[in-house]
Amino acid sequence: MDNIVGKKSTLTWAVHISMGLLVALWLFPTIGLFVSSFRTADQIATSGWWSSLSTQERQVPAIRVAGEEMLVDGRYVIEGRLFEATNAVVSAWGTSSREPEAYAPGQTVDLGDGLTLTVQQDGVYDLTSPTSFGDARLPRIFSTAATPPEFTTENYRSILFDPRNVDGMAKAFFNTLTVTIPATIIPILVAAFAAYALAWMDFPGRALLIAAIVGLLVVPLQLALIPLLKLHNEVGIGKGYLGVWLAHTGFGLPLAIYLLRNYMVGLPRDIIECAKVDGASDFQIFTKIILPLSFPALASFAIFQFLWTWNDLLVALVFLLDSSGETTVMTKQIVELLGTRGGNWEVLATAAFISIAVPLCVFFAMQKYLVRGLLAGSVK
Amino acid sequence: MNPALQGLITIIIGVGGCIAYFYFSNVFLDKVLFPARGPHAGRNITRANMVRPWLFLAPALVALSIYLAYPVVETLRLSLTERVAGGDYRYVGLDNYRAMFKEPKFWEALNNNLLWLIVVPAASTAFGLLAAQLSDRIRWGNLAKSLIFMPMAISFVGAAVIWKLVYDTRPVDQEQIGILNAVWLAFQGGPVSFVMLKLVPIAVMLIFSALVSWVGWLFVRPMLGGGGKVAGATIPLRIFAGLAGLWLIFLALRSSVTLIGADLPYGVPQTWLTIPFWNSFFLMVVLVWIQTGFAMVILSAALRGVPEDTIEAAIIDGANPFQIFFQIKIPQIMGTIVVVWTTITIVVLKVFDIVYAMSNGQWETQVLANYMYDKLFRANDWGIGSASAMIIMLLVTPILIWNVYNARKEMR
Repeated sequence: MDNIVGKKSTLTWAVHISMGLLVALWLFPTIGLFVSSFRTADQIATSGWWSSLSTQERQVPAIRVAGEEMLVDGRYVIEGRLFEATNAVVSAWGTSSREPEAYAPGQTVDLGDGLTLTVQQDGVYDLTSPTSFGDARLPRIFSTAATPPEFTTENYRSILFDPRNVDGMAKAFFNTLTVTIPATIIPILVAAFAAYALAWMDFPGRALLIAAIVGLLVVPLQLALIPLLKLHNEVGIGKGYLGVWLAHTGFGLPLAIYLLRNYMVGLPRDIIECAKVDGASDFQIFTKIILPLSFPALASFAIFQFLWTWNDLLVALVFLLDSSGETTVMTKQIVELLGTRGGNWEVLATAAFISIAVPLCVFFAMQKYLVRGLLAGSVK
Repeated sequence: MNPALQGLITIIIGVGGCIAYFYFSNVFLDKVLFPARGPHAGRNITRANMVRPWLFLAPALVALSIYLAYPVVETLRLSLTERVAGGDYRYVGLDNYRAMFKEPKFWEALNNNLLWLIVVPAASTAFGLLAAQLSDRIRWGNLAKSLIFMPMAISFVGAAVIWKLVYDTRPVDQEQIGILNAVWLAFQGGPVSFVMLKLVPIAVMLIFSALVSWVGWLFVRPMLGGGGKVAGATIPLRIFAGLAGLWLIFLALRSSVTLIGADLPYGVPQTWLTIPFWNSFFLMVVLVWIQTGFAMVILSAALRGVPEDTIEAAIIDGANPFQIFFQIKIPQIMGTIVVVWTTITIVVLKVFDIVYAMSNGQWETQVLANYMYDKLFRANDWGIGSASAMIIMLLVTPILIWNVYNARKEMR
């Protein structure tokens, strides 16, 4: 509509560019983690993830010749490869740190005492000598190599499927799932009935109850920790799945009731009254009419609760995790890895991405409901 | 027992139990207690209908009162007591609070929390508004929106890992793998560095100050007799907004001045999370990154709800796009902005995971929620832990009252 004023072109470009910058800024950190999770420990430690997407020409740290010597045509030979895991291409090499780029690939160089060294373009080298190497110090090779982008799924394999890996996430993954599913379904059911009563049944104290629920919506979780832990210990639930399910149910209820009530109030009155005239009981109206019609609101809340329970750390720390570590959830496992494997980004990035992947899938698949829920849930 | 199986059984028992409860209690009410036949059929139906809402509400009410209402009272009680040997509690009055107020760590946490409370909602709302406004005008706006919205799905812990990689530091002789340090090392102290790291930030801070003073002026002007009536209840809010604005302007100007004179350590990789005062901002960035999507979604819906004819009228009167945005659209969505602001404020007050995972309150980054966790589960001091929880509750209370007030107004 702004084109009425006749300034469309310049401003539209500015809008496109600023939006592009904003999106890039928002996406960049996540992409960094994602890319890193597909790189080997060496790659991550020696170069930034942003450089892994293009061919990199750089100086490789010195590699000392090593290997078994063999007798070929009267000369002792040691053969080997400079780079085991990558397809790097050598563009220059040398044998001293002063002249790391002295020779071209394929060149055979005399190192004195009859020793010759050849380094091929693909990093294969052979060192020959007229006498046995014995315990002599073998020369070092400095090289400049171009490494094409290279990625591996090894990190995921070792973290997800290797049962001996103590940093493994498989158990934590299933524990998280065990926490999440009941903690999502039960509050929906309980809240749906309550929301129906608050929306369509008339009884004294209804307005007061709704106000109380709006108030409870913002009560910080932190307040509930000690009293409930105390309570759980007194009634014998202790720390465990049951406790964490109950806690998540309790903490999720205000939002659930609020969202569902707001939605149900908006349903057409006629349908419900017709059903009543036809002799349906409240229970039938609820299960046969209200529940199916409220599906969008139910889905909205289900996503909220799923994301919240899946991503939660605090409730799990307080109500679930005991010293045995058998019930560890993914968020806790990651925090632990941050402590013990702080510099090992291949482990951290992979573990974090495994825990992020499921919510991201849910998010992209059901974004419509999430947005709808957000719009309904923010107190107007 | 296998936890997956246990989970399945719980789902069945829990869900089945709920359904059975609702179904059988209704049957019991209608068929046994108040049957709709016999001599008192009419009276029985009325009675059944009076009881039924409470049947529907009962499980939710029980859960709410045990899991949210009771803890508020119990925490208040615990904050006034002290644990003594043998599992008993002794009433100590306000001793816990007094002890807490003497701890420098508490004041550090409170100060940081106040800083979080100002910066995070402001930055998230501003970025959200910007993203909402820009994305509404371009064809790939929906894609852009869902990409900015995406961090909402990422856990605080996951976000902490993501940003720790951004802030990562290597020794000076190695290649940097954290993007922030890589960018930082690209500045060598030449004229480009001077423009990018001194002039640009100072310009940003001056613009920020100008914006703050404008918003502050909007709040304060009606009180100075600038026209219109002032509702009595809003006067404290207006004074507070004005003072907060002045403080922010002072902060921005002071840091601009220090920045001009500062001797920046070019060429040295920085461990960002250990730089006192500024490291809190590096943690805040994470929350801003997450919450911007939320603000954007809500504000975008509000912007679309702005009546077209008001905009058309403005265009015909010759308003430029900026005037339309700031003078036509913003005033009309002010209510939504307040909602977004308060919602993010609540998130900020509860922020725990980010600090716990990234710095654990070291290097002066403590916040109240993590301070409380420390007291509860590391120092095992329930008294002070409860007292700090009550402080969080106290900070939430104004928003709680405001929300309840609005909800009641809306229902009438």
